[in-house]
Amino acid sequence: MVTNTIDVRDVAKKFGSNPVLKKISLQLPVGQIMGLIGPSGAGKTTLVKAILGMEKVDAGTTTVLGTAMPNRKVMQRIGYMAQSDALYEDLTARENIRFFAELMSVPKQDLAGAIAHAAQVVNLNDALDRRVSAYSGGMKRRLSLAIALVQDPELLILDEPTVGIDPELRQQIWAELYQLKSQGKSILVTTHVMDEAEHCDYLMLIREGIALAQGTPAQLEKDYDVATIEQVFLKAGRLQDESHRNL
Amino acid sequence: MRVIAIFKRVLREMIRDKRTLALMFLAPLFILTLMFFLFNTSSDTVAKIGVSRVDTTVVKAIKNKHVKITHYSAKATAKDKVREDNLAAFIKQKDGKLTVTYQNSQPSDSALVRQALQGGLTKIKVQALAAATQAQKKALQQQAKVLKTLVAQQQKMAVAQGAKAGATPVQSQQTKLKAPKTYSIMSHYLYGSSDSTFFDTFLPILLGFFVFFFVFLISGISLLNERTTGTLTRLLATPIRRGEIITGYLMGYGLFALVQTVITVTFALTVFRIHMIGSVWLILLINFLLALVALSMGIFVSTFANSEFQMMQFIPILVIPQVFFSGLIPVDQMANWLQWIAHIFPLYYGGNALMNVATRGVGFAGIAGELSILVLFAVLFTVLNVVGMKRYRRV
Repeated sequence: MVTNTIDVRDVAKKFGSNPVLKKISLQLPVGQIMGLIGPSGAGKTTLVKAILGMEKVDAGTTTVLGTAMPNRKVMQRIGYMAQSDALYEDLTARENIRFFAELMSVPKQDLAGAIAHAAQVVNLNDALDRRVSAYSGGMKRRLSLAIALVQDPELLILDEPTVGIDPELRQQIWAELYQLKSQGKSILVTTHVMDEAEHCDYLMLIREGIALAQGTPAQLEKDYDVATIEQVFLKAGRLQDESHRNL
Repeated sequence: MRVIAIFKRVLREMIRDKRTLALMFLAPLFILTLMFFLFNTSSDTVAKIGVSRVDTTVVKAIKNKHVKITHYSAKATAKDKVREDNLAAFIKQKDGKLTVTYQNSQPSDSALVRQALQGGLTKIKVQALAAATQAQKKALQQQAKVLKTLVAQQQKMAVAQGAKAGATPVQSQQTKLKAPKTYSIMSHYLYGSSDSTFFDTFLPILLGFFVFFFVFLISGISLLNERTTGTLTRLLATPIRRGEIITGYLMGYGLFALVQTVITVTFALTVFRIHMIGSVWLILLINFLLALVALSMGIFVSTFANSEFQMMQFIPILVIPQVFFSGLIPVDQMANWLQWIAHIFPLYYGGNALMNVATRGVGFAGIAGELSILVLFAVLFTVLNVVGMKRYRRV
């Protein structure tokens, strides 16, 4: 029995001489939602790519669903939503979802149902046959999420899933994430929207490639003796800067 | 299965992009048509000649479809008329002497006039010669008749006299009386025919070049887009093999290259009635292989470009030089070191094979060498591409 869907140990990564990840460890238990929060440039996306086996790391190991990464076959069990919308603009939304579903080996007889369900979650049923080039930024974001969901994966890795999505739909998406969680799926979400962080079971604060703090939102608020995650984040950042100066 | 998904997507994207599709299928036809007329117009040009007091037999002899003859009065001067009426040349006759004044601002027109003049004068000479021979023949025949009657009389007399002395000289005379031989020229052309033009010879190479150029550009830019929009990274976040992506691309663009070749070849064969001796299937095969090379090369090169404009910058470096070594300029007449350079370009092998099939009717065995080198090129670049994609995913 695998207890941790994602198990990252002491991962380090440099781009040239610039360290992006400094010995980061992360464990995501099965059936939990983990939030990765930090300012842009903190190394969130690099960490996500390292987990997927798409970024070569200098040190440390990553294990996903009990398999050491990189591993091509495990990809099928991961639903990934990239930070930038990677969509084929000349194709319709339906064709985009279908294409990725085919790559994920969704059986042919389930294809139509899977597409319809994924589209319904992100509320795109009515616009499925429109070309993506005519989509707004928010619609593209939703389509990217639908693509991540289409093969009904055990693990979802969502890089900034709610950027450019209006509050109402954001709430719907979170409701769906809870729904997925209740089905036993594990979810890793990166975000820099602090009030979203409150929705997560676990949080990891990452800044300048270092994991500043880890724990449940309530526990973090208690540890830092503040009322909101935002304040936790600010305080943790201040402490990090102070320790830099002291060195 | 995943290969098919990529293949279908490439096709669908291409069909949606009507302009690129039109570029790929119609641009070659447009260029071919333009070249057809560019290289064939010389046979339709007409040079204007003015004549004054020239014998009608001469005028008649000079006349051909490349010259237009206008008659002027005896008072007309060459200088004035050439300037006034934009004549290519002016011919004046005084007794048996022809004086020709050329405008000579268009050397090709002057050449046409010279040709017509020379041809005409030769014609006259030949006619005169023929007439003379004819007259001689007639005279001889008459002489022969006279001789014959004489001989007959002599023979009668000889028979009557019982003597045979007269028979020998008559025989020797008869052998001389054979009709003069007339020579006519019959020409055979090893390749093409008497109306083979520059266009016929180079069309097969042009076909290869079009396929190479368009496939190189379109596939390179398409993969570049895939990289810059992030869809390539997204693709590699699925269980797809790197080789499957490249294969799907090869199939998709290979199909378009094939359609392009069929359209261009059909157009050239039916509209321009190009002489194609060898098998059309071999032409298609060569072009398909060229497309695969162009495709794998385009994809490979696109990894060194960060924008479409940077992709275009590879054209003068990688595509244009290939034209020089494709056979449009005979490679075996080049300097030695240039001939060596020629061997590193895929279009050198493609052009050679196309030329051999189209104008010399060479079969599969004759171009197997070139074909296998093209396959090698395609395999080399495909392997490089598959390995190169490791940058995006380690497995």
